[in-house]
Amino acid sequence: MIEVKGLKKEFEGLQVLNGIDYTINQGEKIVVIGPSGSGKSTFLRCLNLLEEPTGGEVWFDGINITDPKNDINKMRQKMGMVFQHFNLFPHMTVLDNITFAPVKLKLQTKTEAEANAMRLLKRIGLEEKANEYPNRLSGGQKQRIAIVRALAMNPEVMLFDEPTSALDPEMVGEVLDLIRELAKEGMTMVIVTHEMGFAREVGTKVLFIDEGVIKEENTPKEFFEHPQNKRLQEFLSKVL
Amino acid sequence: MGWIESLTAEFEKTFIRDDRYKVFVTGFKNTILITIVALLVGLLGGTLIAMFRYGFTQMKKKKAITLPAKLLYAVFWVIDKVLALYVAVMRGVPLVVQLLIMAFVVMAGFPNKLVVCCIAMGLNSAAYVSEVVRGGINAVDAGQMEAGRSLGLSAAVTILYIILPQAFKSALPALCNEGIAVLKETSVVGYIAVVDLTRASDLVRSRTMSPLMPLLFIAVVYFACVMLLSWGVSILERRLKQGDRG
Repeated sequence: MIEVKGLKKEFEGLQVLNGIDYTINQGEKIVVIGPSGSGKSTFLRCLNLLEEPTGGEVWFDGINITDPKNDINKMRQKMGMVFQHFNLFPHMTVLDNITFAPVKLKLQTKTEAEANAMRLLKRIGLEEKANEYPNRLSGGQKQRIAIVRALAMNPEVMLFDEPTSALDPEMVGEVLDLIRELAKEGMTMVIVTHEMGFAREVGTKVLFIDEGVIKEENTPKEFFEHPQNKRLQEFLSKVL
Repeated sequence: MGWIESLTAEFEKTFIRDDRYKVFVTGFKNTILITIVALLVGLLGGTLIAMFRYGFTQMKKKKAITLPAKLLYAVFWVIDKVLALYVAVMRGVPLVVQLLIMAFVVMAGFPNKLVVCCIAMGLNSAAYVSEVVRGGINAVDAGQMEAGRSLGLSAAVTILYIILPQAFKSALPALCNEGIAVLKETSVVGYIAVVDLTRASDLVRSRTMSPLMPLLFIAVVYFACVMLLSWGVSILERRLKQGDRG
């Protein structure tokens, strides 16, 4: 589904990604971990070209999205993204946050989009917040609505960029529960996270990125119980 | 003669005799007209300039590989530089000088000097507004652009519907300042013989030879207009804050 070939990213002389090759298949839940500054978020953001790679290619559904001839906006419609800081639109109500993109892009009529949004809000138990503004919600509620906003586009894959890192500890659970549910329903996802327990539970594959390359890739059980790479062993001994 | 009598006499001389109040009425109308038109031109033009210049910063030079894309980039680059120069000139040359250039060089022979004033002041205001709006845009969290783009929205749609409404909100106090500045700066249009409030007071003063009443009067009128404007903006600000503490 997503094929990454020799992905490189350089920020003004700083080589963040040093050639990453990886293939993500439909239904997989790829969890990416690594020390801060390792390039794991940059890797994720290169998948939908929020960061422009300086080398290599990203293929999505058989289309080379790094080729400027292809319309990235069309591709992004099928790739939902959830950010660390939620990035809800503060000047719109919750309902408008969710319906704005599908309606504006003429994927759904306003009535359809609203019905869909209410269904999604009901699912996360926040339907009574439909007409509230984001700043009146808790962090956990904001992030769940941000997830719903991405889901409203009916994406084929969801990218999570440290979805719980900016949350108060007591709100982490509700967000992880929602992601867990989506995983069970078969959604393809790539998750950058520091929640090791969650990584182990939800991931079908876990990647360890360090110094801009994938240092280790394995099933969660092997990854956490028998780490091969020295840097990974050190990293795990610090965080577990 | 007591002070009440002298004041009444001054009033009669300044406003009543020869229907002089009509000069003030004309002046007031023109001041308001020029302010409103100049502000509308300024807001519209300034916002367009700011949007274009911000949009250009979002354009990626390296992505322009094909010839049409390269050409488009080059054209946009030139426009961006022209706009930067425009803003610099408009801010760097005194408004009176710009007004005179507009009236006697660029639009020389154009019969309606009121229109000349509106254009000159509108173009000048656009430069200031563009910088104010640009500041507002820069104050919007970069994550907003990313969120919009990640949903598949184009840069233009994201700027228009996501970034600009938030930018305006934070730019509102500065925009209010700009409105006040334009209102007061209309007082220079007398230089090209347009009768605004200030010019009206000059005309009356030169007849009555007594400066206090006409000058004090227009000072009060300007002040009242500015108060009214800032009051209106503060109401708008309060309404925009509702339900949204961000």
